[in-house]
Amino acid sequence: MTFLSLWNYWAIVVLMMLGLYVMIARENLVKKMMGLNLFQVSVILFYVSIGKVAGGTAPILLEGQPDALYSNPLPHVLMLTAIVVGVSVTAVGLALVVRIHEAYGTTEEVELEKLDGTGA
Amino acid sequence: MSEHLPALLVVLPLLAAPLCLLLPRPAWLRAFASAIALACFAIALALLRHVLETGAWSYALGGWAAPLGIEFRVDVANAGVLATVALLAAVVLPCGLGAAAGHAIPAGRSHLFYAAFLLLLTGLLGVTITGDAFNVFVFLEISSLASYTLVSLGRSRRALRAAFSYLLMGTIGGTFILIGIGFLYLMTGTLNMADLAQRLPAVEQTRTVHAAFAFLTVGLAIKLAVFPLHQWLPNAYSFAPSTVSAFLAGTGTKVAYYLLLRFSFTVFGAAFVFGRLGLDLLLLPLSLAAMFIGAIAAINQTDLKRLLAYSSVSQVGYMTLGLSLASVTGLTGGLVHLFNHALIKGGLFLVVAALVARTGSSELADLHGIGRRMPITSAAFVLGGLGLIGVPATAGFVSKWYLVLAALESGGLLLAFAILASSLLAAIYVWRVVEIAYFRAPPEGAPRGEAPLDILVPACLLIGASLYFGLFTHWSVGVAARAARDLLGVGS
Repeated sequence: MTFLSLWNYWAIVVLMMLGLYVMIARENLVKKMMGLNLFQVSVILFYVSIGKVAGGTAPILLEGQPDALYSNPLPHVLMLTAIVVGVSVTAVGLALVVRIHEAYGTTEEVELEKLDGTGA
Repeated sequence: MSEHLPALLVVLPLLAAPLCLLLPRPAWLRAFASAIALACFAIALALLRHVLETGAWSYALGGWAAPLGIEFRVDVANAGVLATVALLAAVVLPCGLGAAAGHAIPAGRSHLFYAAFLLLLTGLLGVTITGDAFNVFVFLEISSLASYTLVSLGRSRRALRAAFSYLLMGTIGGTFILIGIGFLYLMTGTLNMADLAQRLPAVEQTRTVHAAFAFLTVGLAIKLAVFPLHQWLPNAYSFAPSTVSAFLAGTGTKVAYYLLLRFSFTVFGAAFVFGRLGLDLLLLPLSLAAMFIGAIAAINQTDLKRLLAYSSVSQVGYMTLGLSLASVTGLTGGLVHLFNHALIKGGLFLVVAALVARTGSSELADLHGIGRRMPITSAAFVLGGLGLIGVPATAGFVSKWYLVLAALESGGLLLAFAILASSLLAAIYVWRVVEIAYFRAPPEGAPRGEAPLDILVPACLLIGASLYFGLFTHWSVGVAARAARDLLGVGS
């Protein structure tokens, strides 16, 4: 029962692990960036999820209803900042991928290692 | 004005960064950015003096009182770190972007370099000064984004790959920290560190808080390059422009170390972290592994910058060793080492920058007989190297002395022996460079002469400071000991 009632957290964990797996297992740098995005989005969902109050409505003041139940807006606001951070990381990461492609002519990790003659 | 100093420290470089884009001449840019860094250093010193005299200073940002508003909280521990970071910036920025830096920035684009550098400074200062957990994440990402950009500006194309893997690792670390903060908020409903510390004991037996601690520690360990999460560091430091390496090596991991202390001792509390969860059982072996494996890897390098980068991995091990002992002496050792190592390693990377400016290479094979070709620079390297080993009368000796004392206090005779043994390994890698610099004949017709003064003077300044703080420990050890007592909650 608790397993099913916590389904949103399970979905988030699955998404997070997918992102992490893509980052580790994929050889292509652009795909690695996609994995990174999945990973970050799962955390955004996590925060939005913890801000939900059962039965609560959107946190906009309802006039004449002093005992109205609202969702917690704070995690949502925090995530606005985290989204900005995520977008910036993606922008810098993709800019680096473009520069790597200019310098090496490829974005595949295996070929990059060959071109540099190292495993690192 | 003076009551707003904590905010000014962060706002000043933040506002100065975009202003860099308006300045047309590289010389003006350098003067402007250096002036800003110097001003930050002056503010940090004023803050340090203030907290030493009157105790912790809580500043409500925008007049919104904590715990609802964001609080900047300055105490002895972070005032010391702030001063260290600002000092390094004030010394490194005047080196500018000469031939020494080894960068790939096209002429006419240097304003972007200074803007990124000031943003990095903003982020590092912000992370250190803030008393709000979410604010930590935001400033950490500002500093990280700026450092990915700066690392990618290195001359070799491998700098790009180093920056990319640094970005992947750094973002995983940052996101882990964000998850940890989320769990803490979930359990306590607050983000203010002081408030968290009050509310956590009531819920500290829950698995959610344990998970929060695990995520935060692993995230910070990535940023701190604790072995075995250090893989990004050697590449990032060896391919970044030399001045950037000098600043990052002196400050990047140090700020992460401070955060680990802050979360372990102030937010979670030593009783929970060490008593219940046993972080020391994990951190102690990892620190020892870092000390030895970092030093052994350094011995095997053929490039001077890479050698210093691996030596950083080893030196981070000393700092985390001080943390894992969780005693006043151990923390004092860790914090003094934070400061001393920032001076020594910052100075050594600047020395390498000076060498590269003349010889065009940091490969050991190209540095034969450099001791005769560049006597002052090489002497500075030797003095800095002695500091890394921890020879008496250098700053490195002071911090290792406290670490050995702390090891003996905790009854770890073997541990004290391990610290000395790893110092011997440091002696080997420093000696390799000395041998090449002084006992090999310089190649025929090799140019002689020192590096330009604008890189030589800052390098000698940092190395000189490391010698000064090896002899006169009143300030460095005094501040570190008070910070350690504050963190552990032991009266002075």
